[in-house]
Amino acid sequence: MSPKTLYDKIWDAHVAHEAEDGTCLLYIDRHLVHEVTSPQAFEGLRMSGRKVRAPEKTIAVPDHNVPTTLDRDDATTMTEDSRIQVEALDKNARDFGVHYYPVNDVRQGIVHIVGPEQGWTLPGMTVVCGDSHTATHGAFGALAHGIGTSEVEHVLATQTLIQKKSKNMKVEITGKLAPGVTAKDITLAVIGKTGTAGGTGYVIEYCGEAIRGLSMEGRMTVCNMAIEGGARAGLIAPDETTFEYCKGRPHAPKGAQWEAAMEWWKTLYSDDDAHWDKVLTIKGEDIAPVVTWGTSPEDVLPITAKVPAAADFTGGKVGAAQRSLDYMGLTPGTPLNEVAIDTVFIGSCTNGRIEDLRAAAAILKGKKVKDGLRAMVVPGSGLVRAQAEEEGLADIFKDAGFEWRLAGCSMCLAMNPDQLAPGERCASTSNRNFEGRQGFKGRTHLMSPAMAAAAAITGKLTDVREMM
Amino acid sequence: MDKFDKLTGVAAPMPLVNIDTDMIIPKQFLKTIQRSGLGANLFDEMRYDREGNEVPDFVLNQPAYREAEILVAGENFGCGSSREHAPWAIKDFGIRCVIAPSFADIFYNNCFKNGILPIALPQEAVDVLMKDAEKGSNARMSVDLEAQTVTTSDGEVFTFELDSFKKHCLMEGLDDIGLTMAKEASIDSYEAQAAQARPWV
Repeated sequence: MSPKTLYDKIWDAHVAHEAEDGTCLLYIDRHLVHEVTSPQAFEGLRMSGRKVRAPEKTIAVPDHNVPTTLDRDDATTMTEDSRIQVEALDKNARDFGVHYYPVNDVRQGIVHIVGPEQGWTLPGMTVVCGDSHTATHGAFGALAHGIGTSEVEHVLATQTLIQKKSKNMKVEITGKLAPGVTAKDITLAVIGKTGTAGGTGYVIEYCGEAIRGLSMEGRMTVCNMAIEGGARAGLIAPDETTFEYCKGRPHAPKGAQWEAAMEWWKTLYSDDDAHWDKVLTIKGEDIAPVVTWGTSPEDVLPITAKVPAAADFTGGKVGAAQRSLDYMGLTPGTPLNEVAIDTVFIGSCTNGRIEDLRAAAAILKGKKVKDGLRAMVVPGSGLVRAQAEEEGLADIFKDAGFEWRLAGCSMCLAMNPDQLAPGERCASTSNRNFEGRQGFKGRTHLMSPAMAAAAAITGKLTDVREMM
Repeated sequence: MDKFDKLTGVAAPMPLVNIDTDMIIPKQFLKTIQRSGLGANLFDEMRYDREGNEVPDFVLNQPAYREAEILVAGENFGCGSSREHAPWAIKDFGIRCVIAPSFADIFYNNCFKNGILPIALPQEAVDVLMKDAEKGSNARMSVDLEAQTVTTSDGEVFTFELDSFKKHCLMEGLDDIGLTMAKEASIDSYEAQAAQARPWV
């Protein structure tokens, strides 16, 4: 048999139909659904009298719109249109009989945190969701990617997607990470190298010693931002760390089923002589704690660097860089660690898991948030929140001056009340620094939770290594 | 879905790389539960000031381009979120074709589900088309899906590549779900076989 990549193996196991031109029907094992990209899809089903083909493989949770303030049970904390979307999901989940975690369920949270946490996401699966950060689930060695609403409707109706196979790209992070360098720095550093379109047309498999050394939480952070590199999906081959994470989760297999699953899961790796269409290798030791300076996730620099000038770039990027500098209100040549911030946001599907909160709390312990700064921590799920409270992390955040919120997408995309004001500058653990992403004219610098915590203390972008 | 075959119209130039879906349709407009009506808010934060007044410089506010049916843009158009609200807004505004050196994957796929033709052409070709678009409303560009060509107002012709299945669906205005439903037997047998092989799923 010809050697295969991990992507090849998962793909081959899920082709339900292949046409002569190579267009396939890819069978979908898990369909995650949230309130923003699904209402039109459910409405489409109703209009055409179609049912959800596999409600038992469909999992819904509201996350984008929901307020994260403690008073959110009060319906007036949501705007009318947000409330309508959440209520539509309530109704659709009930009418079509899919698994559902409503706002007041302790298991509610960001869909990409809930799926793995509940054991819905398992190695070798195909996972889709009407959300680009579905790439997160690739951390389990599952083929996971975002889809549009028409495709959401297609999956609801047929449990398949019309797909053509992507190409294989290997991103290897060799060696070990230096102290203060995290999964977020890896994933940003990769995008800094490839650019936001470097992965377009590819499924990326992340591998190498530095990736192997990451926890599941860290691996999810890496895969989460595969989409920011343009890739259809990011993958990491499952190993003992993966199996250990999955074991005992509510929807993970048990007993003999677990053994049978393990037998297959252990075959899920790229063969030694598999073909790669593109390869990128980065030395783990060369990765520094990074921040973004511009309005594209590819605008990545080590915290020790200076704000670049538009003239440092070529082609269409010259104009884009100037536009970014103007938007961000930055002067070329300014050391990044002198850029003062107004707000700190710790959370999102990129960095809202327990390990992220631990990393931030380790920096914040016994310290205070800089006077006048707004700082919030938004756990990725109700269960992450509960665990952080049990571990004493919540107290560290609160003592430092952080707001301790309920679970949701919050300020990552600001569809809810958590937003930046015009000109407000934020150190954020989220995934996109686009213009207006966190609020109209808001300015976003992406970084790791530890770096965001360090910035909260000093009130400016800060090299976390100086605090360790 | 609306069919697409030929289109001749005004092309609006947006020589900016990495135009993301947050630019195309900001999140506050994702709260709709309908597909229609988003055209008024296409490129909202570039098109209007905080008070809702038009920004005169913005291309789609200029008299020449208010009726644009084609958009010419920089590389990696449509990067960012999976929101289909982006193509819905483009379509609702009246744009049926976007030309750029490259597109983000999910946005590209979403276009075809909505009767929009995304055309990827080499940078040099897009540069020529951008110049043509900058001539304003007297310069009408033509797109022929069957022939897979774009023709400038001066008659210069560029040929583009396109997946044959996507082309077929767009030309015929086919409903994907209907097409897949016709292959239901394959899905049934796959499902039965997968349930044996991987019962834990």
